[in-house]
Amino acid sequence: MDYAATTPVDKRVLKAMLPFFSEKFGNTMSLHSFGQEAKEALEESRVVVAGLMNALPEEIIFTASATESNNLSMKGAAFANKNKGNHIIISAIEHHCVLESAEWLGKQGFEITKLKVDKYGLIDLTELEKEIKKETILVSIMHANNEIGTVEPIEEIGKICHEKGVLFHTDAAQSLGKIPIDVKKMNIDLLTGSSQKMYGPKGAACLFIRKGVKIEPMLHGGGHEFGLRPSTINLPAIVGFAKACNICRKEMIYEGARISKLRNELIGGVLKNIPDALLNGHPEKRLPNNANFWFKFVEGESLVFQLDFSCIAASTGSACSSAQLTASHVLLALGLKPEQAHGSLRLTLGRWTKEKDVKYVLKVLPEIIKKLREISPFKK
Amino acid sequence: MSIYSKKVINHFQNPHNCGKIKNPDGIGKVGNIVCGDVMYLYIKIGKNKKKEEIIKNIKFETFGCVAAISTSSVVTDLVMGKTLDEAMKLEKNNVINSLEGLPPIKIHCSILAIDALSEAIYDYLSKNKRLIPEELAKKHERIDKERHSVEEKHKDWVEKEEKMFNK
Repeated sequence: MDYAATTPVDKRVLKAMLPFFSEKFGNTMSLHSFGQEAKEALEESRVVVAGLMNALPEEIIFTASATESNNLSMKGAAFANKNKGNHIIISAIEHHCVLESAEWLGKQGFEITKLKVDKYGLIDLTELEKEIKKETILVSIMHANNEIGTVEPIEEIGKICHEKGVLFHTDAAQSLGKIPIDVKKMNIDLLTGSSQKMYGPKGAACLFIRKGVKIEPMLHGGGHEFGLRPSTINLPAIVGFAKACNICRKEMIYEGARISKLRNELIGGVLKNIPDALLNGHPEKRLPNNANFWFKFVEGESLVFQLDFSCIAASTGSACSSAQLTASHVLLALGLKPEQAHGSLRLTLGRWTKEKDVKYVLKVLPEIIKKLREISPFKK
Repeated sequence: MSIYSKKVINHFQNPHNCGKIKNPDGIGKVGNIVCGDVMYLYIKIGKNKKKEEIIKNIKFETFGCVAAISTSSVVTDLVMGKTLDEAMKLEKNNVINSLEGLPPIKIHCSILAIDALSEAIYDYLSKNKRLIPEELAKKHERIDKERHSVEEKHKDWVEKEEKMFNK
């Protein structure tokens, strides 16, 4: 129940990857047949990944992680456009890698605006429009949030950015492969996608860069990936990522419907069977696999451990579970008070979640909440 | 594998002396829900054969993480039946050692549990107009100061949360 953290590699993906370790091991830059065989597989992968988001193959570059793609996109676009302006807009609920990149750019002389979100996690389009000024060069708003699953109005955001002549980047690490993405229709200039959130291996990710959009590379070297991301190509991971994209392209619609039905059963069951429970995030505009709750009078880390004892993996936005001992910035941005964030629980479903798993959670969770509330001084 | 020792997990799964004492002789309330940990400790005082005052019964209620709940539980074990003097000497290392260690970031939880105990003893002594040992008075002053600084920082929340939780 923690598929948003990471996903297992699909067996079909693993099978596609295996030949690329010891048999087809060539360096894509070599001229001999080993190298060319690898090069061919790399370009085929590019076609498949591009296909999942209606991009051209030459608009896709491969990186090692979504964090890297987000860093490259933010910093690369900022420095390539620094003569045009120095203003960048992000939202308050971005992933840490976007927040921290923006913060770093702030130290380099760029001006950062963080858009507020409403209680569901949605940004306000009028506010976005108001905040864009002539110095604005980049807007980066995530497609779907990793904690609460809220899906932002990407198409409208892209439209506003294009009308104002501003680049638009979106972090789609959580959404690619789960809900349809069309970079053309959605007016996206830069898009980050992640392999390890969609049943592909870790160590592969992509950045879509619309034709004509210039970014500065962060690494300098041997000219791989159109000179934008030099490093010897991690072909097994990229072939796996492409296979994962191919599976998602075929199964996304059916799988989305199946999972959202299970997820709705989960949300309905929890809210019905557990007193003083609330849903965080948007009731409809959310990823099909995401549920995020707030339980009064209990603390999230205790809850996650109790669930773990019952073989259920979950996560929380409680301060006690984080390395910094601060409550989740996403939940606080929704207007939740710290004590509400402390009692939050994220359950995310995936490809191998069955109805019996949801039933099991609905059986176990109320008992655990009851047990923890009995220890709590705030019980009624 | 867990970030917590087996001992911590055992106390967390089956906490000892959890609950409320009716008409307690002293109560210690520490922590702040804004920070994520709140402990209430209740004590009942009795006397041993040497006519020294002892902690005859002790119970806790805790809102907090795994470490907060298990440190609460182990503190009640460590001081049950002990004289007040002995109880006041309890240090964070006693708590950490009896739990076979705590992750460094969770060590503040062990201090919170000891603070709750000190506050309960302070409450008992001051209610009965008894002499407060200097060290205990100092501790009380520090805990009080910390509470005020957190409340000041989160003024608007604290009022709301009190309404919400004490309705």
